[in-house]
Amino acid sequence: MSTLPITEADLQAYVDALLPESRRAEIEDYLAAHPEEAERLQAYSDQKAALRDLFKPVLDEPLPEALRELAEIPVAAVDPQKRPFLPRWSLQRIAASFAIALLGGAAGWLGHGQYQSSERMAQVVPLSRQAAVAHVVYSPDIRRPVEVSAEQEDQLVKWLSKRLGTPVSPPKLGTIGYELVGGRLLPGNTGPVAQFMYQDGTGQRLTLYVSTENAVSRDTGFRFAREGEINVFYWVDGKFGYALSGGIAKGELAKVATAVYDQLERK
Amino acid sequence: MDTAAILTELPRLRRYARAMVGDRAAADDLVQDTLERAWSRFAQWRPGSDLRAWLFGIMHNLRVDQLRRPGVKTLPMDDEEFEVPTRATQTDRLEVIDLESALARLPEEQRAVVLLVALEEMSYDEVASTLDIPMGTVMSRLSRGRERLRLILEGRQPVTNLRVVR
Repeated sequence: MSTLPITEADLQAYVDALLPESRRAEIEDYLAAHPEEAERLQAYSDQKAALRDLFKPVLDEPLPEALRELAEIPVAAVDPQKRPFLPRWSLQRIAASFAIALLGGAAGWLGHGQYQSSERMAQVVPLSRQAAVAHVVYSPDIRRPVEVSAEQEDQLVKWLSKRLGTPVSPPKLGTIGYELVGGRLLPGNTGPVAQFMYQDGTGQRLTLYVSTENAVSRDTGFRFAREGEINVFYWVDGKFGYALSGGIAKGELAKVATAVYDQLERK
Repeated sequence: MDTAAILTELPRLRRYARAMVGDRAAADDLVQDTLERAWSRFAQWRPGSDLRAWLFGIMHNLRVDQLRRPGVKTLPMDDEEFEVPTRATQTDRLEVIDLESALARLPEEQRAVVLLVALEEMSYDEVASTLDIPMGTVMSRLSRGRERLRLILEGRQPVTNLRVVR
């Protein structure tokens, strides 16, 4: 009698011929007694062979020139003394970065007159972009979407208020289906900013980005921006800039943004 | 890591990329990105270690990055809990589905394991280190992937957890 129970891993390893001879024999006995399992494993073997046949022709295709060139050692990876020559792709890169630098210079010059008074502002990342990037970075994270979770909301509020140098607290959105997940501290353009994350019953996440860096411009009404796949509603209220980001439809996000706005307004 | 060694690995990298991505041009782009990243991390490669596994690992990470970019921002990418919803097939049970489209209907992470085992003939250990996942995860993805592929090819509806993801 066999000593070890037969596991699914054994059966997979049988298909892949990765078992020692003795174990293999035990599996064969088992399969003889379980025709359905034998049939299933046969299907896996067939599928494995079919996959190999299907993609085998790729191995014999001539290599595209671009890939062949990339197999050459590029400049950056080689000792400076031993650099033989510049491979073509890196020359293209240098040309490309040069072009970008030129464009950037031209844009800077053209912008010069127009934005003289707000030169510094022109260099900073706009609120909606910052918020969208922070959303994309943190909202898909399963295990650590936030630094401090909603269970410790008091601590979260105290901590973020201290770091931002002004009282901040997350609005309550439970009545419209979004519960606080928690929050984190992030670097903004010139100092710390806060991000609060919310989640609904389906796991859809929204983030509220709160910046206190707004030194220049006056209050604004609601603004809407689309950054890639992310919709962002943002507005400025005194030194605060708020941005609500999410991958949901504009109309739905607007509802949430209105709720956030109303709560903050009441304070 | 030198030109000759890379040229030797290129056909296999291309084959795996083609099987993963489907589209020829997109697959070659992925291989190209892989080589560029490999050169930029040249210093991290330990001479004498397995170049193929290293390159496949780089390609895998690039692919994960690609899929994480816009469009998937709030879809959990984690682990095998995540099943890609597939279109209902109750109405076309008699439809003959070819292997390539069946493969495309596997969730990405199951497809990777099934292909590394089938095409590259990697051991389960090698798959685990290439994809940087635990052995148990390799086994469950292999088993689920093969079963799912079998059901699709037989024209049966794979058991899906159709879930609202957004």
